[in-house]
Amino acid sequence: MVKPRIILNSQTFQLTITRLSHQLIEVHNDFSDSVIIGLQPRGIFLARRIQKELCRILKKKNIPCGELDVTFYRDDFRKKELIPNKTNIDFIIEDKNVVLVDDVLFTGRTIRAGLDAMLAFGRPKDVELLVLIDRRLSRHLPIQAKYKGKTIDSIASEKVRVDWKETEGQDKVWITNEQD
Amino acid sequence: MTKLSTKHLLGIKDLSEQDIQLIFKTADNFKDVINRPIKKVPSLRDITIANLFFENSTRTKLSFELAEKRLSADVVNFSASSSSVKKGETLIDTVNNILAMKVDMVVMRHPNPGACMFLAKHVDARIVNAGDGAHEHPTQALLDAYSIREKLGTVKGKKVVIVGDILHSRVALSNIFCLKKLGAQVMVCGPTTLIPKYISSLGVKVEHDLRKALEWCDVANMLRIQLERQEIKYFPSLREYTMMYGLNKSLLDSLKKEITVMHPGPINRGVEITSDVADSKQSIILQQVENGVAVRMAVLFLLAGRAEN
Repeated sequence: MVKPRIILNSQTFQLTITRLSHQLIEVHNDFSDSVIIGLQPRGIFLARRIQKELCRILKKKNIPCGELDVTFYRDDFRKKELIPNKTNIDFIIEDKNVVLVDDVLFTGRTIRAGLDAMLAFGRPKDVELLVLIDRRLSRHLPIQAKYKGKTIDSIASEKVRVDWKETEGQDKVWITNEQD
Repeated sequence: MTKLSTKHLLGIKDLSEQDIQLIFKTADNFKDVINRPIKKVPSLRDITIANLFFENSTRTKLSFELAEKRLSADVVNFSASSSSVKKGETLIDTVNNILAMKVDMVVMRHPNPGACMFLAKHVDARIVNAGDGAHEHPTQALLDAYSIREKLGTVKGKKVVIVGDILHSRVALSNIFCLKKLGAQVMVCGPTTLIPKYISSLGVKVEHDLRKALEWCDVANMLRIQLERQEIKYFPSLREYTMMYGLNKSLLDSLKKEITVMHPGPINRGVEITSDVADSKQSIILQQVENGVAVRMAVLFLLAGRAEN
Protein backbone atom coordinates (compact mmCIF):
# COMPACT_ATOMS: atom_id res chain seq x y z
CA MET A 1 0.00 0.00 0.00
CA VAL A 2 1.55 3.25 -1.13
CA LYS A 3 1.16 6.21 1.19
CA PRO A 4 -1.08 8.99 -0.15
CA ARG A 5 0.94 11.72 -1.84
CA ILE A 6 -0.01 15.36 -1.58
CA ILE A 7 0.28 17.20 -4.90
CA LEU A 8 -1.07 20.60 -3.89
CA ASN A 9 -1.34 21.86 -0.33
CA SER A 10 -3.60 24.71 0.67
CA GLN A 11 -0.94 27.33 -0.10
CA THR A 12 0.03 26.09 -3.59
CA PHE A 13 -3.66 25.41 -4.23
CA GLN A 14 -4.49 29.11 -3.80
CA LEU A 15 -1.47 30.14 -5.92
CA THR A 16 -2.66 27.86 -8.71
CA ILE A 17 -6.15 29.35 -8.65
CA THR A 18 -4.73 32.87 -8.79
CA ARG A 19 -2.45 31.93 -11.69
CA LEU A 20 -5.31 30.31 -13.64
CA SER A 21 -7.43 33.43 -13.08
CA HIS A 22 -4.67 35.67 -14.47
CA GLN A 23 -4.27 33.40 -17.48
CA LEU A 24 -8.01 33.68 -18.12
CA ILE A 25 -7.85 37.50 -17.92
CA GLU A 26 -5.05 37.53 -20.52
CA VAL A 27 -7.47 35.96 -23.01
CA HIS A 28 -10.89 37.16 -21.88
CA ASN A 29 -10.06 40.72 -20.70
CA ASP A 30 -12.86 41.87 -18.42
CA PHE A 31 -15.16 38.86 -19.07
CA SER A 32 -17.85 41.04 -20.64
CA ASP A 33 -18.32 38.48 -23.42
CA SER A 34 -17.32 35.37 -21.51
CA VAL A 35 -19.00 33.00 -19.08
CA ILE A 36 -17.87 30.19 -16.79
CA ILE A 37 -19.60 26.81 -16.60
CA GLY A 38 -18.60 24.31 -13.93
CA LEU A 39 -19.32 20.60 -14.44
CA GLN A 40 -21.24 18.78 -11.73
CA PRO A 41 -20.55 17.43 -9.22
CA ARG A 42 -17.00 18.53 -8.34
CA GLY A 43 -16.13 21.06 -11.04
CA ILE A 44 -18.57 23.59 -9.62
CA PHE A 45 -16.34 24.30 -6.60
CA LEU A 46 -13.44 25.21 -8.87
CA ALA A 47 -15.75 27.30 -11.08
CA ARG A 48 -17.06 29.24 -8.09
CA ARG A 49 -13.55 29.74 -6.72
CA ILE A 50 -12.26 31.01 -10.08
CA GLN A 51 -15.28 33.29 -10.37
CA LYS A 52 -14.58 34.76 -6.93
CA GLU A 53 -10.91 35.28 -7.74
CA LEU A 54 -11.73 36.94 -11.09
CA CYS A 55 -14.23 39.26 -9.43
CA ARG A 56 -11.57 40.23 -6.89
CA ILE A 57 -8.86 40.92 -9.49
CA LEU A 58 -11.15 42.66 -11.98
CA LYS A 59 -13.06 44.48 -9.21
CA LYS A 60 -16.35 43.32 -10.75
CA LYS A 61 -19.50 42.50 -8.85
CA ASN A 62 -20.46 39.46 -10.88
CA ILE A 63 -19.22 37.23 -13.66
CA PRO A 64 -21.76 34.71 -15.05
CA CYS A 65 -21.04 31.29 -13.61
CA GLY A 66 -23.28 28.28 -14.21
CA GLU A 67 -23.47 24.66 -13.17
CA LEU A 68 -23.97 21.87 -15.69
CA ASP A 69 -24.92 18.27 -15.01
CA VAL A 70 -23.87 15.77 -17.66
CA THR A 71 -25.39 12.52 -16.33
CA PHE A 72 -28.02 12.18 -19.08
CA TYR A 73 -25.35 12.72 -21.76
CA ARG A 74 -22.84 10.14 -20.52
CA ASP A 75 -22.04 7.04 -22.55
CA ASP A 76 -21.16 4.99 -19.47
CA PHE A 77 -24.17 5.55 -17.21
CA ARG A 78 -25.14 1.93 -17.51
CA LYS A 79 -21.73 0.77 -16.28
CA LYS A 80 -21.85 2.62 -12.99
CA GLU A 81 -24.53 4.04 -10.75
CA LEU A 82 -24.78 7.77 -11.17
CA ILE A 83 -27.02 10.27 -9.47
CA PRO A 84 -28.00 13.29 -11.51
CA ASN A 85 -27.31 16.72 -10.04
CA LYS A 86 -28.80 20.11 -10.64
CA THR A 87 -28.18 22.09 -13.81
CA ASN A 88 -28.31 25.82 -13.27
CA ILE A 89 -27.45 28.10 -16.17
CA ASP A 90 -29.39 31.36 -15.81
CA PHE A 91 -27.67 33.27 -18.60
CA ILE A 92 -27.51 32.98 -22.38
CA ILE A 93 -24.47 31.21 -23.85
CA GLU A 94 -25.32 32.00 -27.50
CA ASP A 95 -22.28 33.72 -29.09
CA LYS A 96 -20.40 33.86 -25.79
CA ASN A 97 -16.93 32.59 -25.00
CA VAL A 98 -17.47 29.69 -22.64
CA VAL A 99 -14.88 28.43 -20.18
CA LEU A 100 -15.78 24.87 -19.15
CA VAL A 101 -14.37 24.04 -15.74
CA ASP A 102 -13.73 20.67 -14.12
CA ASP A 103 -11.49 19.53 -11.30
CA VAL A 104 -9.69 16.54 -12.83
CA LEU A 105 -9.25 15.72 -16.52
CA PHE A 106 -8.88 11.95 -16.73
CA THR A 107 -10.35 9.95 -19.65
CA GLY A 108 -12.03 12.98 -21.25
CA ARG A 109 -15.43 11.32 -21.29
CA THR A 110 -17.03 13.75 -18.85
CA ILE A 111 -15.87 16.68 -20.98
CA ARG A 112 -17.24 14.98 -24.11
CA ALA A 113 -20.61 14.64 -22.38
CA GLY A 114 -20.26 18.21 -21.08
CA LEU A 115 -19.84 19.59 -24.59
CA ASP A 116 -23.01 17.79 -25.70
CA ALA A 117 -24.95 18.95 -22.65
CA MET A 118 -23.81 22.53 -23.10
CA LEU A 119 -24.93 22.64 -26.74
CA ALA A 120 -28.52 22.05 -25.58
CA PHE A 121 -28.42 25.61 -24.24
CA GLY A 122 -27.25 27.33 -27.41
CA ARG A 123 -24.30 27.79 -29.74
CA PRO A 124 -21.34 29.46 -28.05
CA LYS A 125 -18.76 31.39 -30.05
CA ASP A 126 -15.83 29.65 -28.51
CA VAL A 127 -15.31 26.96 -25.87
CA GLU A 128 -12.20 26.45 -23.75
CA LEU A 129 -11.42 23.96 -21.06
CA LEU A 130 -9.88 24.70 -17.68
CA VAL A 131 -8.91 21.96 -15.23
CA LEU A 132 -7.12 21.92 -11.90
CA ILE A 133 -5.40 18.57 -12.50
CA ASP A 134 -4.54 17.07 -15.88
CA ARG A 135 -3.80 13.32 -15.77
CA ARG A 136 -2.12 13.37 -19.12
CA LEU A 137 -1.43 9.67 -19.71
CA SER A 138 -4.96 8.38 -19.27
CA ARG A 139 -6.97 9.96 -22.05
CA HIS A 140 -9.52 7.89 -24.03
CA LEU A 141 -10.57 10.76 -26.31
CA PRO A 142 -8.69 13.53 -28.13
CA ILE A 143 -9.54 16.22 -25.57
CA GLN A 144 -7.02 18.67 -24.09
CA ALA A 145 -7.32 21.47 -21.59
CA LYS A 146 -6.19 24.98 -22.50
CA TYR A 147 -5.61 26.02 -18.89
CA LYS A 148 -4.15 23.49 -16.45
CA GLY A 149 -3.44 23.87 -12.76
CA LYS A 150 -1.00 20.99 -12.67
CA THR A 151 -0.13 18.13 -14.99
CA ILE A 152 0.58 14.79 -13.38
CA ASP A 153 1.56 11.31 -14.53
CA SER A 154 -0.36 8.66 -12.68
CA ILE A 155 -1.46 5.12 -13.39
CA ALA A 156 -5.10 4.30 -13.91
CA SER A 157 -5.51 2.39 -10.63
CA GLU A 158 -4.51 5.44 -8.63
CA LYS A 159 -7.14 7.91 -7.59
CA VAL A 160 -6.67 11.66 -7.64
CA ARG A 161 -8.70 13.37 -4.94
CA VAL A 162 -9.43 17.07 -4.81
CA ASP A 163 -10.58 18.32 -1.41
CA TRP A 164 -12.30 21.67 -0.98
CA LYS A 165 -12.49 23.99 1.99
CA GLU A 166 -16.27 24.15 1.41
CA THR A 167 -16.86 20.41 1.75
CA GLU A 168 -13.82 18.68 3.25
CA GLY A 169 -12.55 21.59 5.36
CA GLN A 170 -9.20 22.02 3.62
CA ASP A 171 -7.98 22.74 0.08
CA LYS A 172 -5.68 20.01 -1.15
CA VAL A 173 -5.02 17.59 -3.98
CA TRP A 174 -3.65 14.14 -3.27
CA ILE A 175 -3.09 10.79 -4.93
CA THR A 176 -4.20 7.59 -3.25
CA ASN A 177 -4.34 3.92 -4.05
CA GLU A 178 -7.50 3.35 -2.09
CA GLN A 179 -10.65 2.29 -3.78
CA ASP A 180 -13.64 3.96 -2.22
CA MET B 1 -29.53 4.94 -2.99
CA THR B 2 -28.91 5.20 -6.71
CA LYS B 3 -31.03 2.47 -8.24
CA LEU B 4 -34.47 0.98 -8.04
CA SER B 5 -35.00 -2.21 -6.12
CA THR B 6 -37.06 -3.72 -8.95
CA LYS B 7 -36.31 -4.68 -12.55
CA HIS B 8 -39.80 -3.86 -13.78
CA LEU B 9 -42.45 -1.37 -12.80
CA LEU B 10 -45.49 -3.59 -12.37
CA GLY B 11 -47.17 -1.79 -9.53
CA ILE B 12 -46.57 0.64 -6.69
CA LYS B 13 -46.97 -2.33 -4.33
CA ASP B 14 -43.45 -3.56 -5.25
CA LEU B 15 -41.74 -0.22 -4.69
CA SER B 16 -40.19 0.98 -1.45
CA GLU B 17 -40.44 4.54 -0.19
CA GLN B 18 -36.79 5.04 -1.22
CA ASP B 19 -37.62 3.90 -4.76
CA ILE B 20 -40.39 6.47 -4.99
CA GLN B 21 -38.16 9.24 -3.62
CA LEU B 22 -35.45 8.28 -6.13
CA ILE B 23 -37.96 8.49 -8.98
CA PHE B 24 -39.09 11.93 -7.74
CA LYS B 25 -35.53 13.21 -7.45
CA THR B 26 -34.72 12.03 -10.98
CA ALA B 27 -37.99 13.51 -12.24
CA ASP B 28 -36.91 16.90 -10.83
CA ASN B 29 -33.91 16.75 -13.14
CA PHE B 30 -36.01 15.75 -16.12
CA LYS B 31 -38.54 18.49 -15.44
CA ASP B 32 -35.63 20.88 -15.80
CA VAL B 33 -34.63 19.18 -19.08
CA ILE B 34 -38.09 19.42 -20.67
CA ASN B 35 -38.19 23.16 -20.00
CA ARG B 36 -34.94 23.80 -21.88
CA PRO B 37 -34.77 25.12 -25.45
CA ILE B 38 -33.60 21.66 -26.56
CA LYS B 39 -35.81 19.24 -24.66
CA LYS B 40 -33.99 16.08 -25.55
CA VAL B 41 -31.17 14.11 -23.94
CA PRO B 42 -29.33 11.19 -25.55
CA SER B 43 -29.47 8.82 -22.52
CA LEU B 44 -31.47 5.95 -24.05
CA ARG B 45 -30.29 6.24 -27.64
CA ASP B 46 -29.34 2.53 -27.65
CA ILE B 47 -32.69 1.37 -26.27
CA THR B 48 -35.79 0.34 -28.22
CA ILE B 49 -39.14 0.53 -26.47
CA ALA B 50 -42.41 -1.05 -27.59
CA ASN B 51 -45.66 0.58 -26.49
CA LEU B 52 -48.30 -2.11 -26.42
CA PHE B 53 -51.76 -0.71 -25.85
CA PHE B 54 -54.43 -3.37 -25.71
CA GLU B 55 -56.87 -0.79 -24.39
CA ASN B 56 -57.67 2.77 -25.45
CA SER B 57 -55.57 5.60 -24.12
CA THR B 58 -54.73 9.15 -25.17
CA ARG B 59 -52.85 10.79 -22.33
CA THR B 60 -50.83 7.86 -21.06
CA LYS B 61 -49.81 6.71 -24.52
CA LEU B 62 -48.84 10.20 -25.64
CA SER B 63 -47.05 10.89 -22.39
CA PHE B 64 -45.04 7.66 -22.55
CA GLU B 65 -44.20 8.22 -26.20
CA LEU B 66 -43.05 11.76 -25.54
CA ALA B 67 -40.98 10.64 -22.55
CA GLU B 68 -39.34 7.94 -24.68
CA LYS B 69 -38.58 10.36 -27.49
CA ARG B 70 -37.18 12.98 -25.12
CA LEU B 71 -34.77 10.30 -23.91
CA SER B 72 -33.80 9.51 -27.53
CA ALA B 73 -35.09 5.93 -27.38
CA ASP B 74 -36.43 4.27 -30.52
CA VAL B 75 -40.16 3.71 -30.25
CA VAL B 76 -42.53 1.22 -31.83
CA ASN B 77 -46.24 1.54 -31.26
CA PHE B 78 -48.82 -1.13 -31.25
CA SER B 79 -52.51 -1.01 -30.61
CA ALA B 80 -54.73 -4.03 -30.30
CA SER B 81 -57.44 -2.79 -32.64
CA SER B 82 -55.14 -2.95 -35.67
CA SER B 83 -53.15 -6.10 -34.90
CA SER B 84 -53.03 -9.86 -35.06
CA VAL B 85 -54.56 -10.10 -31.58
CA LYS B 86 -57.83 -10.00 -33.46
CA LYS B 87 -56.68 -13.07 -35.41
CA GLY B 88 -56.31 -15.07 -32.20
CA GLU B 89 -52.66 -14.64 -31.27
CA THR B 90 -51.84 -15.04 -27.57
CA LEU B 91 -50.25 -12.29 -25.49
CA ILE B 92 -46.94 -14.12 -25.05
CA ASP B 93 -46.70 -14.86 -28.77
CA THR B 94 -47.41 -11.26 -29.68
CA VAL B 95 -44.81 -9.97 -27.26
CA ASN B 96 -42.18 -12.57 -28.15
CA ASN B 97 -42.57 -11.69 -31.81
CA ILE B 98 -42.01 -8.06 -30.97
CA LEU B 99 -39.01 -8.93 -28.80
CA ALA B 100 -37.53 -10.99 -31.64
CA MET B 101 -37.18 -7.68 -33.39
CA LYS B 102 -34.76 -6.70 -30.59
CA VAL B 103 -36.85 -4.59 -28.28
CA ASP B 104 -35.41 -3.83 -24.82
CA MET B 105 -38.41 -2.52 -22.94
CA VAL B 106 -42.14 -2.96 -23.11
CA VAL B 107 -44.71 -0.44 -21.92
CA MET B 108 -48.04 -2.21 -21.74
CA ARG B 109 -51.66 -1.40 -21.04
CA HIS B 110 -53.99 -4.37 -20.89
CA PRO B 111 -57.62 -4.89 -19.83
CA ASN B 112 -56.72 -7.92 -17.64
CA PRO B 113 -55.36 -7.40 -14.13
CA GLY B 114 -51.94 -9.03 -13.74
CA ALA B 115 -51.16 -9.07 -17.47
CA CYS B 116 -47.89 -7.21 -16.89
CA MET B 117 -46.82 -9.50 -14.07
CA PHE B 118 -47.53 -12.48 -16.32
CA LEU B 119 -45.44 -10.96 -19.08
CA ALA B 120 -42.55 -10.14 -16.74
CA LYS B 121 -42.39 -13.81 -15.76
CA HIS B 122 -42.31 -15.11 -19.32
CA VAL B 123 -40.39 -12.70 -21.49
CA ASP B 124 -36.94 -11.23 -21.25
CA ALA B 125 -37.46 -7.47 -21.27
CA ARG B 126 -38.08 -4.66 -18.81
CA ILE B 127 -41.82 -4.23 -18.38
CA VAL B 128 -43.57 -1.01 -17.43
CA ASN B 129 -47.21 -1.27 -16.48
CA ALA B 130 -49.29 1.47 -18.08
CA GLY B 131 -52.50 0.19 -16.51
CA ASP B 132 -53.74 -3.40 -16.14
CA GLY B 133 -57.50 -3.70 -15.80
CA ALA B 134 -58.78 -2.49 -12.45
CA HIS B 135 -55.49 -3.43 -10.77
CA GLU B 136 -52.70 -0.83 -10.89
CA HIS B 137 -51.59 2.20 -12.88
CA PRO B 138 -48.27 2.97 -11.20
CA THR B 139 -47.01 5.89 -13.29
CA GLN B 140 -50.30 7.75 -12.76
CA ALA B 141 -49.97 7.36 -8.99
CA LEU B 142 -46.34 8.51 -9.12
CA LEU B 143 -47.20 11.62 -11.09
CA ASP B 144 -50.15 12.37 -8.80
CA ALA B 145 -47.96 12.15 -5.72
CA TYR B 146 -45.22 14.11 -7.48
CA SER B 147 -47.72 16.87 -8.29
CA ILE B 148 -48.88 16.98 -4.65
CA ARG B 149 -45.25 17.20 -3.55
CA GLU B 150 -44.66 20.03 -6.02
CA LYS B 151 -47.75 21.98 -4.97
CA LEU B 152 -47.63 21.45 -1.20
CA GLY B 153 -43.91 20.86 -0.66
CA THR B 154 -44.32 17.37 0.73
CA VAL B 155 -46.69 14.41 0.68
CA LYS B 156 -46.01 13.28 4.23
CA GLY B 157 -48.84 14.10 6.61
CA LYS B 158 -51.11 15.53 3.89
CA LYS B 159 -54.75 14.48 3.75
CA VAL B 160 -55.87 13.22 0.37
CA VAL B 161 -59.38 12.15 -0.54
CA ILE B 162 -60.05 10.06 -3.63
CA VAL B 163 -63.62 10.58 -4.83
CA GLY B 164 -65.68 8.47 -7.19
CA ASP B 165 -65.58 5.02 -8.71
CA ILE B 166 -63.04 3.36 -6.41
CA LEU B 167 -64.26 -0.13 -7.28
CA HIS B 168 -63.25 -0.03 -10.95
CA SER B 169 -60.30 2.33 -10.65
CA ARG B 170 -56.68 1.24 -11.02
CA VAL B 171 -55.70 4.85 -10.38
CA ALA B 172 -57.33 4.69 -6.94
CA LEU B 173 -55.51 1.51 -5.89
CA SER B 174 -52.09 2.70 -7.07
CA ASN B 175 -52.69 6.09 -5.48
CA ILE B 176 -53.59 4.51 -2.15
CA PHE B 177 -50.38 2.41 -2.13
CA CYS B 178 -48.22 5.32 -3.22
CA LEU B 179 -49.65 7.91 -0.83
CA LYS B 180 -49.58 5.52 2.13
CA LYS B 181 -45.92 4.66 1.42
CA LEU B 182 -45.08 8.37 1.40
CA GLY B 183 -46.83 8.91 4.73
CA ALA B 184 -50.02 10.67 3.64
CA GLN B 185 -53.47 10.10 5.13
CA VAL B 186 -55.89 8.74 2.58
CA MET B 187 -59.69 8.71 2.46
CA VAL B 188 -61.96 7.30 -0.20
CA CYS B 189 -65.37 8.79 -0.88
CA GLY B 190 -68.22 7.60 -3.07
CA PRO B 191 -71.53 5.75 -3.08
CA THR B 192 -71.43 2.48 -1.08
CA THR B 193 -71.84 0.46 -4.27
CA LEU B 194 -68.62 1.86 -5.74
CA ILE B 195 -66.45 1.39 -2.65
CA PRO B 196 -64.87 -2.08 -2.35
CA LYS B 197 -66.03 -3.90 0.77
CA TYR B 198 -62.65 -4.44 2.46
CA ILE B 199 -60.94 -1.21 1.35
CA SER B 200 -60.38 -0.08 4.95
CA SER B 201 -57.96 -3.00 5.38
CA LEU B 202 -55.55 -0.96 3.22
CA GLY B 203 -55.50 1.64 5.99
CA VAL B 204 -57.77 4.19 4.38
CA LYS B 205 -60.74 6.05 5.81
CA VAL B 206 -64.14 5.66 4.16
CA GLU B 207 -66.66 8.48 3.88
CA HIS B 208 -69.91 8.64 1.98
CA ASP B 209 -70.63 12.34 2.41
CA LEU B 210 -68.65 14.46 -0.07
CA ARG B 211 -68.88 17.67 1.97
CA LYS B 212 -67.45 16.00 5.08
CA ALA B 213 -64.65 14.46 3.01
CA LEU B 214 -63.74 17.79 1.42
CA GLU B 215 -63.73 19.56 4.78
CA TRP B 216 -61.24 16.99 6.05
CA CYS B 217 -58.80 16.98 3.15
CA ASP B 218 -55.95 19.09 1.69
CA VAL B 219 -56.20 17.50 -1.74
CA ALA B 220 -59.19 16.05 -3.60
CA ASN B 221 -58.52 13.64 -6.45
CA MET B 222 -61.71 13.35 -8.50
CA LEU B 223 -62.08 10.12 -10.50
CA ARG B 224 -64.13 9.45 -13.57
CA ILE B 225 -67.08 7.05 -13.48
CA GLN B 226 -65.82 4.08 -15.50
CA LEU B 227 -69.02 3.25 -17.33
CA GLU B 228 -67.16 0.90 -19.69
CA ARG B 229 -66.26 -1.38 -16.78
CA GLN B 230 -69.70 -1.34 -15.19
CA GLU B 231 -71.84 -4.25 -16.28
CA ILE B 232 -74.67 -3.48 -13.90
CA LYS B 233 -76.10 -0.21 -12.63
CA TYR B 234 -74.27 0.95 -9.49
CA PHE B 235 -76.33 4.12 -8.99
CA PRO B 236 -79.77 5.26 -10.20
CA SER B 237 -78.61 7.89 -12.70
CA LEU B 238 -75.60 9.96 -13.69
CA ARG B 239 -77.58 13.08 -12.72
CA GLU B 240 -78.07 11.78 -9.22
CA TYR B 241 -74.39 10.86 -8.94
CA THR B 242 -73.46 14.41 -9.98
CA MET B 243 -75.75 15.87 -7.35
CA MET B 244 -74.26 13.69 -4.60
CA TYR B 245 -70.61 13.38 -5.60
CA GLY B 246 -69.90 16.01 -8.26
CA LEU B 247 -67.54 18.82 -7.31
CA ASN B 248 -68.87 22.29 -8.20
CA LYS B 249 -67.70 25.82 -7.55
CA SER B 250 -70.23 26.71 -4.85
CA LEU B 251 -69.28 23.59 -2.85
CA LEU B 252 -65.58 24.38 -3.27
CA ASP B 253 -66.05 28.03 -2.24
CA SER B 254 -68.09 27.12 0.82
CA LEU B 255 -65.16 25.19 2.35
CA LYS B 256 -63.20 26.84 5.15
CA LYS B 257 -59.79 26.29 3.55
CA GLU B 258 -58.54 26.25 -0.01
CA ILE B 259 -58.01 22.67 -1.21
CA THR B 260 -56.11 21.44 -4.24
CA VAL B 261 -58.17 19.69 -6.93
CA MET B 262 -56.75 16.89 -9.09
CA HIS B 263 -58.11 14.68 -11.83
CA PRO B 264 -56.28 11.88 -13.66
CA GLY B 265 -58.24 12.49 -16.88
CA PRO B 266 -60.14 12.01 -19.06
CA ILE B 267 -62.56 14.52 -17.52
CA ASN B 268 -66.29 14.16 -17.92
CA ARG B 269 -67.09 17.82 -17.50
CA GLY B 270 -70.33 18.32 -15.62
CA VAL B 271 -70.33 14.82 -14.12
CA GLU B 272 -67.64 14.37 -11.44
CA ILE B 273 -66.33 17.93 -11.79
CA THR B 274 -67.78 21.10 -13.28
CA SER B 275 -65.90 23.17 -15.87
CA ASP B 276 -65.35 26.16 -13.60
CA VAL B 277 -63.68 23.93 -10.98
CA ALA B 278 -61.55 22.07 -13.54
CA ASP B 279 -60.31 25.38 -14.92
CA SER B 280 -59.96 27.16 -11.56
CA LYS B 281 -56.63 28.10 -10.03
CA GLN B 282 -57.08 25.45 -7.34
CA SER B 283 -56.96 22.75 -9.99
CA ILE B 284 -53.56 21.28 -10.94
CA ILE B 285 -54.91 19.05 -13.69
CA LEU B 286 -52.62 20.41 -16.40
CA GLN B 287 -49.59 20.40 -14.12
CA GLN B 288 -50.30 16.69 -13.58
CA VAL B 289 -50.04 16.16 -17.32
CA GLU B 290 -46.76 18.08 -17.56
CA ASN B 291 -45.31 16.21 -14.60
CA GLY B 292 -46.42 12.95 -16.21
CA VAL B 293 -43.77 13.27 -18.90
CA ALA B 294 -41.00 14.03 -16.39
CA VAL B 295 -42.02 11.18 -14.06
CA ARG B 296 -42.21 8.68 -16.94
CA MET B 297 -38.81 9.81 -18.18
CA ALA B 298 -37.44 9.16 -14.71
CA VAL B 299 -39.00 5.67 -14.56
CA LEU B 300 -37.70 4.68 -18.01
CA PHE B 301 -34.26 6.14 -17.31
CA LEU B 302 -33.93 4.35 -13.98
CA LEU B 303 -35.14 0.99 -15.34
CA ALA B 304 -33.08 1.11 -18.55
CA GLY B 305 -30.07 2.59 -16.87
CA ARG B 306 -29.93 0.06 -14.09
CA ALA B 307 -26.34 -1.18 -14.18
CA GLU B 308 -26.11 -4.89 -14.83
CA ASN B 309 -23.62 -6.50 -12.51
